Amino acid sequence: MPLNPRPDGTVSWHKRDRRRALATYFGYLVGATLLLVAWRFVSDQTLWFFVADAPRQAVDLVSRMFPPQWSYADRLWEPLWDTVNIATLGTLMGIVISVPIAFLAARNTSPHTAVRQAALVVIAFSRSVNSLIWALLLVSILGPGVLAGIIAIGLRSVGFCTKLLYEAIEEVNPKPIEALTATGSTGSQVVAYGIVPQVLPAFAGIILYRWDINIRSSTVVGLVGAGGIGIQLNASINALQWDRVTVIFVMIIVLVLAAEWVSARVRGAIQ
Amino acid sequence: MSAAGQGALRRREVPVWRPKPMIRSFWLRYGLVVGAVVYLRLALGSIDVNWDRVARGWERAKVLFEGFARPDFASRWEFIQVGILESLAMTVVATALGIVLSIPFAFGAARNIASPPVYLLCRGVIAVARSFQEIVIAIFFVVMVGFGPLAGVLTLAFASIGFLGKLLAEDIEDIEPSQLEAIRSTGATWFQAMAYGVVPQVMPRFVGLSVYRLDINFRESSVIGIVGAGGIGGALNTSIARYEYGTTAAIIIVIVALVYLGEYASGVVRKRVQ
Repeated sequence: MPLNPRPDGTVSWHKRDRRRALATYFGYLVGATLLLVAWRFVSDQTLWFFVADAPRQAVDLVSRMFPPQWSYADRLWEPLWDTVNIATLGTLMGIVISVPIAFLAARNTSPHTAVRQAALVVIAFSRSVNSLIWALLLVSILGPGVLAGIIAIGLRSVGFCTKLLYEAIEEVNPKPIEALTATGSTGSQVVAYGIVPQVLPAFAGIILYRWDINIRSSTVVGLVGAGGIGIQLNASINALQWDRVTVIFVMIIVLVLAAEWVSARVRGAIQ
Repeated sequence: MSAAGQGALRRREVPVWRPKPMIRSFWLRYGLVVGAVVYLRLALGSIDVNWDRVARGWERAKVLFEGFARPDFASRWEFIQVGILESLAMTVVATALGIVLSIPFAFGAARNIASPPVYLLCRGVIAVARSFQEIVIAIFFVVMVGFGPLAGVLTLAFASIGFLGKLLAEDIEDIEPSQLEAIRSTGATWFQAMAYGVVPQVMPRFVGLSVYRLDINFRESSVIGIVGAGGIGGALNTSIARYEYGTTAAIIIVIVALVYLGEYASGVVRKRVQ
């Protein structure tokens, strides 16, 4: 801990020496400036006239949301079923695509560095584009409906599942693979008996984890027309039927919590 | 042993090796298969696809792919630029706000330092903030404060409270209690106990989480514009609605590049602080 001598002979102790302290303060200064510039930008684009009205709007909104129109729930079972299907089939599609890419992307199973790099680009692309953006594109191509939602969720899942899966493949214990190779196994036999059994538990965990995330996303892809309960949400909001929105929210929360519970329980059971 | 005896032994006992089944219980193993088949049938049966529409969409898909081959950065550059700057500004402000607001909730939601009523209240707020997708929260804030980046800032800040609050609370619950006890036994006030017993233990993790959340906030800021909460999402939505796929491709490429940069930078920072 640096000490600073004072003129009267005593010393004062400091957390950092002078250079470090200056660098830290400079860092804070840069951060604060950045924050102020960003805030200025946001503030310039804001109509404060509307914002002044916000508390009244909030009270108005809440008063319209209650009491909820519970009878509307009867019409939500089918969208809810669609929502679950979008998540499940989307996850399935994601898995089917991600398994081969993961083997191409893992250092120990990839046939060539160039192939590996290409696979990594696919992963980065899929992961960076939000499922809602995929949904927007697909609705514009395929038209509104559950199919667009499934593909959107599937495409978004590819990057996530592939990344976690190829990391699991890279971490396998090399000894069983060596042993299999020593017996004269072919490449596919090595994969089937040396790698797959080692990554299967991790893989099952990844699938369930992604399914849980996908349930959350599939509740909103309908906002852009890609099927599921989001369509009803969008319609109710556009029609200003906030008492219906409350019912939809309750259903979404129950679905999300149930999915989280199921996913956690099954993951706990298999691992 | 006679040769005949050996032959009999061989005939009786040379089973073919099979890998062990993953699921030991016979009923569960095949029950799951049957269940999956039934579910798939029902689920696939309930998708109704308008194949006519899909066939027509194919033409558009080709245009979209062409757009990706030749992204058009130039013709709407002003919108793209403003959108990206707005997204970045929203991300910075919202993350700062989220960090400041999440700290009290995190302390309140840590079982080892908060009293039960405070604990339940804070856990409740965090659970609500986490249950809703950013885009749903954004709809609310747009209704309240009008279109524009302020709604986005509030949305991302609210979502950040849920994320940072939960993870920081878990870290606080995992601290080494003896250090806190030592500080308390010196007669420290509550604030002193927190500042010297808890904060030093969770600080590195919290910095890492904040940087991670900055990264997530940028990703989310690219979509909440779809419902009018500012950022590049609005421009993206417009370009798709106008079928200007060249611009769409350009925007998506910019988003991917920035997200990738952000992820890389956040990874570097997190490695350094941990």
